[in-house]
Amino acid sequence: MLSAPVVLIVSLLYLGLLFAIASYGDRRADAGRSIIATPYVYALSIAVYCTSWTFFGSVGRAVSSGVGFLPIYLGPTLTFVLGWIVVRKLIRICKANRITSIADFIASRYGKSVSLGMLVSVIAVVGILPYISLQLKAISTSFSILIAYPDIRMPAHSSGVAAWQATELYITLALAAFAILFGTRHIDASERHEGMVAAIAFESLVKLVAFLAVGLFVTFSVFNGFGDIFTRASSSEALSRLFTIDGVAGYTSWVTLTILSMAAIVVLPRQFQVLVIENVDKRHVQQAMWMLPLYLLLINIFVLPIALGGLLLFPDGKVDPDTFVLTIAMQQGAPVLALVAFIGGLSAATGMIIVETVALATMVSNDLVMPLLLRIGPRNLTERKDLTGLLIAIRRGTILLVLLLGYVYANTVGESYALVTIGLVSFVAALQFAPAILAGLYWKGATRVGALSALLGGFLIWIYTLLLPSFSRSGWIAASFAENGPWGLVLLKPYALLGLEGLDPISHATIWTMIINVGLLVGVSLFTLPSVIERGQAVRFVDVFKQAAGSGREWHGRAGVAELKALMARFLGEPRAEAALVRLEQEINGPIDRQGLANSATVSFVERQLAGAIGAASARIMMASVLREEMHDIDEVTRILDEASQLVLYSRRLEEKSRELEATSQELRGANEQLKELDKLKDDFMATVSHEIRTPLTSIRSFSEILRDNPDLGEQERQEFVTIIVQESERLSRLINDILDLAKMEAGTTEWQIAEHPLGPIVERAVAATSGLLTHRPDIEMSVDVSAALPPAMVDPDRLIQVVVNLVSNAVKFCDKAHGRVSIVARARDGWLEVDVSDNGVGISAEDIEKIFERFQQAGNTLTDKPQGTGLGLPISRQILQRFDGTLSVVSELGRGSTFTFRIPAVKASIAAHDREVGAVT
Amino acid sequence: MVRRNRTVDRSVALFLLGAMLFLPPLLPVFNRPERIAGIPVLYLYIFAAWCLLIALAAVIARAIPHEEADSSAAAPPLATPAPPASDGDRNA
Amino acid sequence: MTDPALSPAKVLIVDDEPNILLSLQFLMKKAGYAVRTAKDGEEALAEIAREMPDIVLLDVMMPKLDGFSVCQRIKSDPALAGVRVVMLTARGRDVEREKGLSLGADDYITKPFSTKDAIDRVATLLARPVKPA
Repeated sequence: MLSAPVVLIVSLLYLGLLFAIASYGDRRADAGRSIIATPYVYALSIAVYCTSWTFFGSVGRAVSSGVGFLPIYLGPTLTFVLGWIVVRKLIRICKANRITSIADFIASRYGKSVSLGMLVSVIAVVGILPYISLQLKAISTSFSILIAYPDIRMPAHSSGVAAWQATELYITLALAAFAILFGTRHIDASERHEGMVAAIAFESLVKLVAFLAVGLFVTFSVFNGFGDIFTRASSSEALSRLFTIDGVAGYTSWVTLTILSMAAIVVLPRQFQVLVIENVDKRHVQQAMWMLPLYLLLINIFVLPIALGGLLLFPDGKVDPDTFVLTIAMQQGAPVLALVAFIGGLSAATGMIIVETVALATMVSNDLVMPLLLRIGPRNLTERKDLTGLLIAIRRGTILLVLLLGYVYANTVGESYALVTIGLVSFVAALQFAPAILAGLYWKGATRVGALSALLGGFLIWIYTLLLPSFSRSGWIAASFAENGPWGLVLLKPYALLGLEGLDPISHATIWTMIINVGLLVGVSLFTLPSVIERGQAVRFVDVFKQAAGSGREWHGRAGVAELKALMARFLGEPRAEAALVRLEQEINGPIDRQGLANSATVSFVERQLAGAIGAASARIMMASVLREEMHDIDEVTRILDEASQLVLYSRRLEEKSRELEATSQELRGANEQLKELDKLKDDFMATVSHEIRTPLTSIRSFSEILRDNPDLGEQERQEFVTIIVQESERLSRLINDILDLAKMEAGTTEWQIAEHPLGPIVERAVAATSGLLTHRPDIEMSVDVSAALPPAMVDPDRLIQVVVNLVSNAVKFCDKAHGRVSIVARARDGWLEVDVSDNGVGISAEDIEKIFERFQQAGNTLTDKPQGTGLGLPISRQILQRFDGTLSVVSELGRGSTFTFRIPAVKASIAAHDREVGAVT
Repeated sequence: MVRRNRTVDRSVALFLLGAMLFLPPLLPVFNRPERIAGIPVLYLYIFAAWCLLIALAAVIARAIPHEEADSSAAAPPLATPAPPASDGDRNA
Repeated sequence: MTDPALSPAKVLIVDDEPNILLSLQFLMKKAGYAVRTAKDGEEALAEIAREMPDIVLLDVMMPKLDGFSVCQRIKSDPALAGVRVVMLTARGRDVEREKGLSLGADDYITKPFSTKDAIDRVATLLARPVKPA
């Protein structure tokens, strides 16, 4: 009754049902009403962990090692009790960073490294290949056993039988088609597959029910309950051995398997896919923490009874223990149950193949093929806007290729292994991802180079200690390689590397790969510097909750629009706050009631506006204050305050910097102004010089021409005009002399005859020289008071006389018109020579006082004596005095006259002499 | 968050309990040939411990406060802070 | 050329340099004009107010009120529309010339000037009808 067509039709119907479930799930997902949004479906989908390897292989392993199969399920239980914390973090990171696979995760964490993504993809494909071939083998074996019913006939270990190989190939191709239909149905290459998850959950249910059915049948129908089986088995010493763990090796294996499977439940590509990528709600992870362990417990309760039952029912050892689940029912004449068991095994295998190949296909297309194509592929690739078609093609090709490679492996290497061992080989390969992932989640110091060397090192050790020996067993390489090590080097024996003996190959490989992997990860990371992007990604990953909490939380408090606007206005100003609200109105295409309550969109909009102005952390605090939302969480408040104070510090520094900059630019502006002023002064000076020279020239030319053109002028007139010409010529010469004088002094090219001179005689000479000035103004009263004891000083006598003459001629010029008085006082004071030249003229206004020392600047009305002054006397005097280290200053009061005072330091030696003199007088 | 931290602590404690139950050195205590009601001690022990662990995990999972679960549910897209308003440029 | 004998044109010379004032006074008198002088801007305005001249020879750089300001006052006063203004400057810069002309000055003489040129310009201006404001 279980002919091949019947089994095929039932199988196809089952697969058709799966497909219907998947399409229904997809349709519901598209409609936004997900059927997988429940923790039960999530937990069941994670149970894709239990493959045909569990379904058939656990019994096989129980037969050989008793309770030794259990750690493979106890490990995940431990992981789920605690690991939901890790998984929750993984999910948050993957959602936030749109990560699509385990390769993507590792590559992204370590600085979006393409090479790392490629390496992980390669390890995943190579490492998982045996595992996939195992599923193919399980299906084809169970199929060929079932259709032999009622005979129980093990399929011949006959790689040469063409018909057998053909069957297996058809199965492989059918599964490939099925996986392609499931995993790459979406034209948009979306990374989530709700329909697939629904189907996988259903498959988990089917395999559990099927296994429990077989277990119950064996335990309570064939035998009389647990006690009966165990009691019967205990009569055989060989069987009772299976009740206990066997010595140190047994414990070592126990512990390594526990650790291995703890990692595998998360880092196997298909587990990562369902656990992280396909997760729709993080709350499900917390519920799965007990649901998945429960599932694992249920599917394992009957493993040992079935194993023992099989051994009791088939004592001759001709039936492969891996097939007990099927063959016991067949032997007991229960074809329907056998068919159910077959379907259970089929569902376990197809579930694994579908998810695994989809995960691998995503990985290979996104992290292996696309990067290669984009780098070395046809140039127009990067310009093509829509690459989804190409992506899907790559994924479908990958699925087909992986399954075909699995088929090849199953038919060459796989023959020599029991199911469980093959699965564990893949576990060890996947375990290589665990250190890089865990360090990536919790250790910011882990670097790309560290991860790269860890993965590479671990993978090479895996190849050497597990893959090559398996080739050796199947005869691809010399059998002596596994037995005696390469070239007979015992230390390099793949199952006892460096003499680590007494372990089963899996434990041995686990220990060695982890030593190398973790050692390289930690060691290399500690001695390499992460790049900027690596550092950034490290923070994004490790601190994912901290970042997200700052910006991603919804507000629950309430506030009016008016309040929020006022808050914005505080930081942005009223006009910009209003403008922002108007912008929001445009965005949401509708008016906002300015007096009403703010909805969440408005609240988060305002927060964004604020964040733009004052930073995200401060914005949160401000929002919280307005929304009157209590912040229960002291941690969060502390963190926000921390961040805020850092921001404040930072912004203070920025402010300081900008103030400095402002000051600098102010200085620059000032300097520029000064330069402009100087330039203008120079222009003015040139214009003034031009004016000052042209003025006497004008008189000279005019009168010369008048004299020439009017020969009939009277003698008196002629005389007058000639005198003017002479006067103006003199004025011109003086002017030119003064200009040259000043120019030379300013340029520093004046020749000075500076020497120590007694000042008394010089002042006397100067006073004498000024007497000539009084010839035009005999009315002026002039008083001279020169102290007898004037000290010597370092001066140029002629220049000093020039100063005195300048000052006196000024005084004469500006003194009172009617009763002019000029006084000269020279005295010694505190080591200085001081000379006052005073007049009783109109005086100089305060604003003119500094001006008078500038060139061509004269205070007040200077009309009267224009021909006399050049406007350069005071500037020249000041220059001269500066050369003697002296000063020139003026004290003046409008209407009361002015006093010009110059001071020259006396020569030091004589200061003392002078002091003695003064002392003697007093 | 206080409650969530309790949840985390409980999970850690449960994990440690599980590791203690399932791994040496406690495991060898039950690694003996005796049987209780025909069932080997080790087999019975492991499944009993397993059941205990699952029950405790279920209790912890149920106790996880609802709003906390809410806040960590399906990560909302990171709010991109608005770039400094263009008005700012005009002011600069 | 206006016949000075019939109605001598009235010329006002404004300059703070007495010698230049003296020479221009001599030249204008010789040309047959009725000449008055002023030593600064304020005095010039007072003279103009006293009796309107036909032409003003106006120095730019003077104390109290400079030539530009005086020119501006003359040109902005409609009552003085008949007064021609000749600027005299010793600051030989084009900007000054531009400024003077933009303020409405009728001509511009740079110091030192040729006496013949100065006389010719004054005569030409007097012969020409007054520029409309």
